[in-house]
Amino acid sequence: MADQGEVKLLKTWSSLFGLRVVWALKLKGIPYESVDEDLTNKSDLLLQYNPVHTKVPVLIHNGKPICESLVILEYIDETWSQNPPSLLPQDPIQRASARFWAKFMDEKALPSMWQAFTKKGREQEEGLASIAEKLKLLEAELEGKKFFGGEEIGIPDFALGWLVNLVPVFEEILGLKIVDEERHPSLSEWSRRISDIRVIEESWPPRDKLVTKWAAIRDHFLATARASSG
Amino acid sequence: MADEVILLDKWVSPFGMRVRIALAEKGIKYEYRDEDLRNKGELLLKMNPVHKKIPVLIHNGKPVCESNIIVQYVDEVWHDKAPLLPSDPYLRAQARFWADFVDKKIYDTGRKLWTTKGDEQKSATEEFIGYLKTLEAELGDKPYYGGEKMNYVDVTMIPFYSWFHTYEASGNFSIESHCPKLMAWAKRCMQHESVSKTLPEPEKNYEFVLQMKKRLGIE
Repeated sequence: MADQGEVKLLKTWSSLFGLRVVWALKLKGIPYESVDEDLTNKSDLLLQYNPVHTKVPVLIHNGKPICESLVILEYIDETWSQNPPSLLPQDPIQRASARFWAKFMDEKALPSMWQAFTKKGREQEEGLASIAEKLKLLEAELEGKKFFGGEEIGIPDFALGWLVNLVPVFEEILGLKIVDEERHPSLSEWSRRISDIRVIEESWPPRDKLVTKWAAIRDHFLATARASSG
Repeated sequence: MADEVILLDKWVSPFGMRVRIALAEKGIKYEYRDEDLRNKGELLLKMNPVHKKIPVLIHNGKPVCESNIIVQYVDEVWHDKAPLLPSDPYLRAQARFWADFVDKKIYDTGRKLWTTKGDEQKSATEEFIGYLKTLEAELGDKPYYGGEKMNYVDVTMIPFYSWFHTYEASGNFSIESHCPKLMAWAKRCMQHESVSKTLPEPEKNYEFVLQMKKRLGIE
């Protein structure tokens, strides 16, 4: 294996975007140093390497930063193209499709989930209807396939990883079912398949800590909404 | 076998313009179809069932959706002519980062600018100028984001130049006074036929937006 240089990953203990990068690095067998940030007290390193967004994750490869998780995943795939698995298909139409679905997960599915989780009343109902509609589309897209790209795991699967470990946490806090076997047989099977991948399963942050963190986030948003409505 | 390339688009869409510029840069022949977005055609609904939006590139019957994804597709398939993404992975990542920045910040904030009034509009204007300044800083002293030639980032951002007049008139401010280097960059890009033949006249764009505002009930 060629010398892959120094690889550092700035993330947080629970960031779903950071997790994607962990999976890519681990699956490709790339050694790296992990730095967990405290986003209430951002380190000089983070501010220096991501001055535009000051967000995690940031991959620092031989001192050069790459920001935005989907950009990082493509960078990893191109830089360590000799290390399997390939994170994107070779065929341009399939690559475009993989990018399309990764973008859909980040720009449509995740914001719907966020609305369902951080609101109540009618706004929450709208969020729940929206995530239900997005899941229906994802279910249809996944049907008959092992992963979104077909036989192999790839970037769209990483982009939806939060469905596997975070949605059960949201369901517990909300007391609602968002993903179920009956409406989402392919997604449910896919979730089990993702969890069976050892490096992914080992990377999940502790569930009880996640429940505590996300319950506090929901409380905060509900309190803010109450305060601003007078 | 000759390639069949169809582009479903709307003349005023900055997203569609990106694709038109990329195709022109590479000298690719295609059929352009201007869609009626208030009465969407069957082909659009069939080729983009998820979002039902333009632009959609249909290459030999297969659809590609989302403008930046289309531009990357075009660059990969027709890689021999006028490459838009660099070959070095780190430089590619930087180009993708900045294209993503344009996507996340410029359109939505710009839209807020011309659809709101009062304090909300003032705040959107300040935010918008802030983003333009960030882009200007990234350009630095380079003629283009791609260095000596236009690249993926230039193609992603330049369509908004046709919207500058609309933003300025709506927010009552001058982009040139805040970002002279960015304006110089835009004019430099307009020297390219691929850009000048694609971007509509700023006045046409403004007229379109005024009509939209009337229809949306915004004054």
